[in-house]
Amino acid sequence: MNWRLWVYLQTTPLFWLTATLGAFLIADELSKRLRRHPLANPVLIAVALVAALLKLSDTPYKTYFDGAQFVHFLLGPATVALGAPFYKNFALVRRNALPMAAALVVGAVVAIVSSVLIAAWLGAPREALVSMAPKSVTAGVAMAVSEKLGGLPPLTAVLVILTGVIGAVVVTPMMNLLRIRDYAARGFAAGLASHGIGTARAFTVNPIAGAFAGIAMGLNAVVTPVLVPLILPLLIR
Amino acid sequence: MLRGVFLLLFCQLVGEVLVRSLSLPAPGPVIGIALLAAGLALWARRSPAADVDATDVGKAANAMLASLSLLFVPAGVGVVQYFDLLTAYGVALAVALVVSTVLTLLATVGVFLLVKRRMAE
Repeated sequence: MNWRLWVYLQTTPLFWLTATLGAFLIADELSKRLRRHPLANPVLIAVALVAALLKLSDTPYKTYFDGAQFVHFLLGPATVALGAPFYKNFALVRRNALPMAAALVVGAVVAIVSSVLIAAWLGAPREALVSMAPKSVTAGVAMAVSEKLGGLPPLTAVLVILTGVIGAVVVTPMMNLLRIRDYAARGFAAGLASHGIGTARAFTVNPIAGAFAGIAMGLNAVVTPVLVPLILPLLIR
Repeated sequence: MLRGVFLLLFCQLVGEVLVRSLSLPAPGPVIGIALLAAGLALWARRSPAADVDATDVGKAANAMLASLSLLFVPAGVGVVQYFDLLTAYGVALAVALVVSTVLTLLATVGVFLLVKRRMAE
């Protein structure tokens, strides 16, 4: 390619914004053709495509993010948008209020305790354990928790995204294997364990699952930041 | 549609302002969810037969949620940047992530169904 043209493209947000949308369209089409197979997760495929492009073109992440930030910014209003399915399913939400409250507390505690204990048992250092503890909540919140308690926020961001992808990949086959057909319960678990990426997956499986996943994600974003500082001192010194 | 996008941004903005001025423990967009749901509930009391999906904000919300996965791509690509940080701590973190995520899913769905069944009895 013409060198000067490339230099120009690198300095405008246009190129990497277009690349992000293009990579996602390819990933989504692939996922559709594979009949939404859980392993063909569109986030995972699109990230791999863009990452390969960055590597090949030797582009720093910062340059990429200058363009992609416009997409990233929409996470805020898209989270607010979860209020619509919440309202639409309000009758169902109210009927399930008690199971939700119980599952929220137990699920949040299990997410924190199990990750920290397993990683500690396998020899991960203290700062990694602190970074790991809030991994099931949405990235911005998890990073704030990690920073306050002496973790590494960038490592937390990595762990959060990976948790989202793992949950999104695992949840459907697992629930089918267990023959759980209550989509409110399935969705709630997906959103609690793997935040927005789990919620996105839940919406592709079933609208009720999506609504409950969104609620679980929102509730866990409030509960986990309260629980982590209480639980962590009991697990590590 | 434009009005819908405005309302979503407005709810987030009010959420962020509330979080910062009252130092609430929740993130701004999460407060925004509650504001939007409350707003829709108030609106429905005035026009009970109306369908949320047919409103501007309903259309904007559905469009946003239909492409929710896309919005995680920029942050996801950031993971690649810190991959050596992850590999530095070896398999411990990978194993912990997978096992903990599966346990969390099991515990959450299990407790949800258990309590629901107890209530039905």
